[in-house]
Amino acid sequence: MQALLRLGLARSLTCRKVDGFALQYARSFASGEQTITIRDALNSALDEEMSRDNDVFILGEEVGEYQGAYKITRGLLQKYGAERVRDTPITEAGFTGIATGAAMAGLKPVCEFMTFNFAMQAIDQIINSAAKTLYMSAGTIPVPIVFRGPNGAAAGVAAQHSQCFAAWYSHVPGLKVLAPYDAEDSRGLLKAAIRDPDPVVFLENEILYGESFPVTDEIMSKDFVSPIGKCKVMREGTDVTLVAFGKLVGYNLKVAEELEKEGISCEVINLRTLKPIDRDTIVASVRKTHRLVSTEEGWPQCGIGAEIMAIATEECFDDLDAAPERVTGAEVPMPYAANLEAAALPQIADIIKVVKRVVGK
Amino acid sequence: MDEHESDRLCFIGGALSPSQPASCYRTLDSTGACIEDAEVPHDIDENMALRIYETMVKLQTMDVIFYEAQRQGRFSFFMTSNGEEATIIGSAAALSDEDHIFSQYREHGALLYRGFSFLDMAHQCFGNMRGHGKGRQMPIHYGSKVHNFQTVSAPLATQLPHAVGAAYALKLQGQKAVTAVYFGEGAASEGDFHAALNFAATLSAPVLFICRNNGWAISTPATEQYKGDGIVGRGPSYGIPSVRVDGGDVRAVYNATAEARRTALEHTCPVLIEAMSYRSGHHSTSDDSSRYRTAEEMGVWRARDPATRFHNFIVGRGWWDADRERQLRVDSRKQVVDALTEAQKGAKPPLSELFTDVYADMPWHLREQAAEAHAHAERHPDSLHGISLK
Repeated sequence: MQALLRLGLARSLTCRKVDGFALQYARSFASGEQTITIRDALNSALDEEMSRDNDVFILGEEVGEYQGAYKITRGLLQKYGAERVRDTPITEAGFTGIATGAAMAGLKPVCEFMTFNFAMQAIDQIINSAAKTLYMSAGTIPVPIVFRGPNGAAAGVAAQHSQCFAAWYSHVPGLKVLAPYDAEDSRGLLKAAIRDPDPVVFLENEILYGESFPVTDEIMSKDFVSPIGKCKVMREGTDVTLVAFGKLVGYNLKVAEELEKEGISCEVINLRTLKPIDRDTIVASVRKTHRLVSTEEGWPQCGIGAEIMAIATEECFDDLDAAPERVTGAEVPMPYAANLEAAALPQIADIIKVVKRVVGK
Repeated sequence: MDEHESDRLCFIGGALSPSQPASCYRTLDSTGACIEDAEVPHDIDENMALRIYETMVKLQTMDVIFYEAQRQGRFSFFMTSNGEEATIIGSAAALSDEDHIFSQYREHGALLYRGFSFLDMAHQCFGNMRGHGKGRQMPIHYGSKVHNFQTVSAPLATQLPHAVGAAYALKLQGQKAVTAVYFGEGAASEGDFHAALNFAATLSAPVLFICRNNGWAISTPATEQYKGDGIVGRGPSYGIPSVRVDGGDVRAVYNATAEARRTALEHTCPVLIEAMSYRSGHHSTSDDSSRYRTAEEMGVWRARDPATRFHNFIVGRGWWDADRERQLRVDSRKQVVDALTEAQKGAKPPLSELFTDVYADMPWHLREQAAEAHAHAERHPDSLHGISLK
């Protein structure tokens, strides 16, 4: 963990000095456009929900004094105190179980994993306890809890620090699984997750933490929440549907921009919620475009893409003009060497190639 | 050199410096007679003594008859508490009703003490709609929100971090209550045990860790489970006040738990209790313990029945006699048999309950699956095998 901390910070975090807590998250520019980083979007969402509901508290490794391994909890210890922003000993199974028990007793914990790779040590508590207790207790004991942290491929941190767990958690009844892409998602979905009565797995992306995205006054409002269980069509198109979650939504938007120059119109869907997945939006899009490509950094077998393919073939078999295709990470543990790492992950050029094949160009 | 430094190279613990094991607190001898000068800060009055004793007898009666019912194939699984009645009920009696109990699976005596009925238990074992559970959990995995008794979490020791988290919640909510979590000495080998103790200490959580050291983890004896001084020996190294108690002595268990509770609330800290007892019955209905332990050993321990020991104590105090004993046994037996008879006729959960409570609000995919199942069942009533639709 310490190794990751150093690597992760060195590579992806530009430490800014924060003066006090009264931080104006969104930066305004002369053009009037506001932007905000994913880090600040998540941080402001946590802040607002802690302020709104005293039952919300954060626990995890380095979330307090250190302000989070990726500074997502910056300033919250100073504002809400050590009882509600709780640094814990280094035992994932321990603090995940603590969070689950606290939720059983009426609190609404936000449980931060330094990365979801380390949540493997706690997955029994997530699946056997958090996800199943409402059902096992015949509906009497809800477990409102958010498990959050960076998921998926990071950069230069190899096999045990670079893995996507979206498919693992999506498989489990009782869990909701969310994966934000931009600042709107990060704020709206995290706030919705904290208010949700069920356990939610919230899969962030380390690479995106420092990226800025445009926001509106509405998105920055403390009352802003995004609906759980709904995709967002990021860009409308007519020739092919591109489906992704998290970072690869950004890739697909670039692909769409690129292919527009060649006369291919791509509809880009941001899944946002992986469970329960928004089948209707995907189906409506495929019935319109008649072609489908799903992209993800995770492994192909039983992956999110496999589910998208199943939806398309079960619901839209006669609407499809070409066999739908998946672009996924290579089915190998992540190598460290930068060239092999890049080769193991879908790149924009790979997606363009597959989309062209699917549309027959 | 200051007092924490030494010019001696000295290893502590283990074979190189064997230390004395922690002593075992007891107030009644093996016949139930009071040990003179025993420290009894919380004496048990007549009302409480009788409530404890009656619950012990009810638990024994229930265990015998429910066990037989399982052997007759009326439900799939059961576990008895023989030999550990004093540990379970003595500790439960020292708790307040506001305290949350997280059990392992062999502590239904605590639930019985809190007023959960034989019928509630029978409904649960038969997987009925009535009673707790909607037929969701396997037999004896009880839970009851109104009794502040958390539904049993089967993967061993997962309940320990839960109890710490719940205790942390009680603390943050400003409640004057503790959580009490039960576990066996075998479960204490799980990583969750160590995590829970360390977290409870560092989070200053008012939780009582109550270990039933009954000597056997299914067929693995405690001697193969650890090398240190049992479970109590681990407490101080986590910074947790700890005590070993004679788990067959109800009065000792009650006093240890009451003191532990007082300490936990006064100092906002966890306390560890190791109650030494013996699992006189099999681990569960899935094993035959005569295959891995001797008849002599089992015989010796059965002769030390904790209920008999406490019976002698209350008779000695003039609070109990043979007539009341006979009446209690007859009444308990009838109540248990009636409960099983009634529960066996109880309605099972309908098909619609298959899909509820997965989420607070049913998402589209479960609504769709429920509708499909319902439509299929209506088209093919034979496929229901007696399950009602709603």
